[in-house]
Amino acid sequence: MLEQQLFNALSLGCVYALFALGFTLVFGVLGVVNLSQGAIFMLGAYAALTAIVRLHMPLWAAIAFAFAFSGLVGMLIDRIVLKPLRRRDAPHLIPMIATIGLGLAINSLVQGAFGAENQRFPSEVLPQDSLVIAGISVTVLELGIILVSFVLMTVLLITMKKTQLGRALRAIAESPKAARLLGINVDGLFMLTSFVAAGLGGVSGVLIGLYSNALFPLMGQPMLHKGIAVIILGGMGDIRGAMLAGLFLGFAEVLSVAYIGSDMRDAVAFGLLFLVLLVRPKGLFGSVQERKV
Amino acid sequence: MIDYLDNFWSVYSNLVLTLGTNALLALSIYLTLSCGMLAMANAAFMGIGAYTSAILTMNCGWPFPAAIAAGMAMPALVAFIIGKPTLRLSGVYLAMATLAFGEVVRLLIIRAESLTGGALGLNGIPQLTQWWHVLLAVVLVLFVLARLRRSKIGRAFEAIKEDETAAGLMGIDVNGHKMLAFALGAAIAGLAGTLDAHLTFFIGPQEFGFDRGVEILTMTILGGINSLFGPVLGSLIVTLLPELLSSLKDYRAVANGLILVLIVLFLPKGLWNPDWMRRLPGLRKKGVAP
Amino acid sequence: MSELLELTNVSRHFGGLKVLQDVSFTVRPGTISGLIGPNGAGKTTVFNLITGLLAPTTGDITLAGASLLGRKPHAITRSGIARTFQNIRIFKEMTLLENVIVGMHRHLDYGVPGLMFALPKYRAAEKRARDRARELLSWMKLDHMADDLADNLSYGAQRRLEIARALATEPRLLLLDEPVAGMNSTEKTALMREIVNIQCRGYTIFMIEHDMRFVMGLCEEISVLNFGKIIAHGGPEQIRNDPQVIEAYLGREDDEVSVTPGAGE
Repeated sequence: MLEQQLFNALSLGCVYALFALGFTLVFGVLGVVNLSQGAIFMLGAYAALTAIVRLHMPLWAAIAFAFAFSGLVGMLIDRIVLKPLRRRDAPHLIPMIATIGLGLAINSLVQGAFGAENQRFPSEVLPQDSLVIAGISVTVLELGIILVSFVLMTVLLITMKKTQLGRALRAIAESPKAARLLGINVDGLFMLTSFVAAGLGGVSGVLIGLYSNALFPLMGQPMLHKGIAVIILGGMGDIRGAMLAGLFLGFAEVLSVAYIGSDMRDAVAFGLLFLVLLVRPKGLFGSVQERKV
Repeated sequence: MIDYLDNFWSVYSNLVLTLGTNALLALSIYLTLSCGMLAMANAAFMGIGAYTSAILTMNCGWPFPAAIAAGMAMPALVAFIIGKPTLRLSGVYLAMATLAFGEVVRLLIIRAESLTGGALGLNGIPQLTQWWHVLLAVVLVLFVLARLRRSKIGRAFEAIKEDETAAGLMGIDVNGHKMLAFALGAAIAGLAGTLDAHLTFFIGPQEFGFDRGVEILTMTILGGINSLFGPVLGSLIVTLLPELLSSLKDYRAVANGLILVLIVLFLPKGLWNPDWMRRLPGLRKKGVAP
Repeated sequence: MSELLELTNVSRHFGGLKVLQDVSFTVRPGTISGLIGPNGAGKTTVFNLITGLLAPTTGDITLAGASLLGRKPHAITRSGIARTFQNIRIFKEMTLLENVIVGMHRHLDYGVPGLMFALPKYRAAEKRARDRARELLSWMKLDHMADDLADNLSYGAQRRLEIARALATEPRLLLLDEPVAGMNSTEKTALMREIVNIQCRGYTIFMIEHDMRFVMGLCEEISVLNFGKIIAHGGPEQIRNDPQVIEAYLGREDDEVSVTPGAGE
C-alpha cells in the first residue's frame, strides 16, 4: 500500500537526516568533511549491541550509551587528528584524507574483533507490536525511530537558533578567527560539536541496525555514500537542507525499491546526485560552494 | 645463480608484477592529484578496465593487445561521462562524489551478473600477462607522465592545483585540463586492472571497492606527490609491507588506514619530498624535481 | 580604432544590493588609465566583470568592438586581457621563471606528439618561452631570482612578479588591481618608472589604486567610482579639483594613504 510505503520512507528518511546532520555539523562548524562518520555510525550500532548483550541494558539506555560512546570517539578524533591539522592551517583535502584513513582503520578493527558476519539485536529487545493509525499498520519500532530522530533534530535546531551556544557555533561557522577574537572558546566548541555530531551518527547507526535488523562491520559505508549525496544535494553546512535532503532521499529510495527493485537501492542516492548535478550544478538548494575561510 | 633466480621468480613473480600494477595505480592517482583533484574513483576505473578486458578475452576471444586497449578506453570513456557534471565541483565535493561513484560501480558490477559473474566474480581469465607487459606499461606511463610534466600541460596542471581562478585568467582551459587528468588517470587505472586481471585469473567486485581506493591513495600520499618517484616508492612500500611483516597481513587494511593518518599528520609531503632533498649538496633550489 | 575597452551602462546587482549602477567609460589604446574611489565603491567588481569572473546584470563590455559577455575567463584572457590581483595570487610553489612561463600558455603552439618526443617545434617553443620569461622578469628587475621559489619573495617583489606574469600573456590590455598596496615609497617610485616603461613598449594599462599620488602621477585618464556610480571622468587636474570627488573622499585626495593589503572591496 502506498501509505505503508510512505511511512517506511518517513522513518528511513529520518535516520538519513540524522546521519546527514552529524556530517553537516562538522562541516559547517569545523569546516572539515569527516569521512570517518560512516565508521562512527557503525560503532554506534555495535556499541548498542554490546550494551544490550554484555551489559544487559534496556534498549533506550543502549541508545544513550551508543550516543555517548560514538561521541567520545568523535571527540578523540577531533583532539588527536583534526586539531593538529587545524593548527597547521592545512587545505581542506588534508583532514578529509586523514578521516578516510581513520574510517578504514576503524572498520577493519571492528571486523577483526567482531567478525564479518551479520549480527542482530536480540529479538526480545526489539519492540514487536504494531499499532493501527488512520488505517495504516505501523510498528512501534518505526514510530520509535521517527520519535527519536524527531526529538534529536528538534533539540539541535532549537539549540542552533535560540541559544547562546547556537549563536556561538554559528559565529564559528562564519569565521573561527573572528569568533576567537570575540572570546568564544573555539577549541572547546569544536570538541563539543565533534562529540554531538559523532553521537548523532552513532544513534543513527543503532536506528538503522534496528530498522534492518542487520549489523555488519561495513554497514557504515553505504551510509557514508548516501550521506555524501545528501550533503551535496542539501547544501554543505546547511542544517535544514541536510534534513530535507535526508528525508527526500528516504522517500526516493523506498519508492524506487517498490517500483524498480531492491538491489539498486544503494545506488539511488548517487543516481539522484548525478541527475541533480547535471541539471543544477549548485545542488538542490543552491548552496554548493566551498566554505569561505 | 640461474637456478636461484628461477626459484625466486617462481615464488615471487606474482608479487613483483603486482608491484608493477600497484605502481601504475599510484601514478594514476598522482596524475589527478597533480591537477589539484582528489578523485577517489580510480579503484572503480581499475575494476571497469579489468572486467572489460577479461570479458573480451574470455567470452569474445579478443587478442590481448586489443583487450588492453579496450581496458583503457572504457574507463576513460566512463570518466569522461561522469566527469562532465562532477568536475565542476571543487575540492572536497569532487572527492566525495567520486568516492560515491566508486560504490555505484561496484553495485553495478554485482548486478550485471550474467556478464560479470556478480558477487562471485569472474574465474578462469586467461593468464596472458607477461613480465614484460608490466615492465613496458610502467616504463611507458612514467615516460608519458614525465614528458607531460615538462610541458605546458604539466605546468597548467600545477597552476590549476595552486589556484584555479588565477590559472584560468592566464588563459588556461581549466575544465579541459581537469578532464584530461581525470580521463588519463582512469585509462592508466584501467591498464593496471587489465594487467592484473590477466595475471591473477580471478577478479571479484570486492577488489575494486573502498578499501582498494584508500590503499591506492595511501601509496601515493606516502610516497609524496612532488615527483614521479614518490608514488612508485609509496606503492613499493605498501605492497611489500604485509609481505615483510607477516603479522600485518591480516590487518592490512588497518595498517593502510593508520599509515594514511600518520603521514598526513607528520609527513604531509610524503617520503620523497623536496624539503629534505634540498638539503642534499649539489641539488639546485627547485626546478622540476627528479 | 579609438577605444580599446568600452563599458556601456554596466550594472551589477547582488540580490537587492546594487553594487554597480549604469557604469560607462572607455579606455583608449596605448594609455595608462585609472579607476579610483573610496573603499566599497565597487572597483574590484568592475575588474571581475571585465575578466569574466562575474556577469553584468545589464550593460555591455566590449574589447576592440567585440563583446566579452558570456565568455569564460580563460577565453577572455586569450582575447588579450590580463590582470593582477588585490590579494596576490602568484603560484607559490613554482619558481619565478615558471610563474611567468605559465602566463605564456596559449602562445606555446605545440601538440602532444611534440611534447612527447621533444620535437624541434616543442624545444624551440620552450626555449622561446624561457627567454621571453627572463626578459619580462628583467623588466621588473627580478631576473636575478628567476630560479627561486616565488614563496620566498618579499611582498613588493611578489606584486612585480604578478605583473611580469600578466605581461607574459601578451595582453592588449593590462589590468592592475592595486599594484602598489603595501609598498614603501621607494618601491612605489620604482614601480611607477617600470609601468611607464611598459606603456612605452606599447601596452595599454588600466589600474585600480588608492594611492592618489601614484594615480595622479601615472594616469592620463581617471574615472571615479562612488557607491557604484561613476561621478567624475577626466585628466588628473580635472579630477583633483572636482568638488564631487573631493566630497567623496572627504579631504583624502592629497593623502598618500596606502590601504593595507587585503582591505578594500
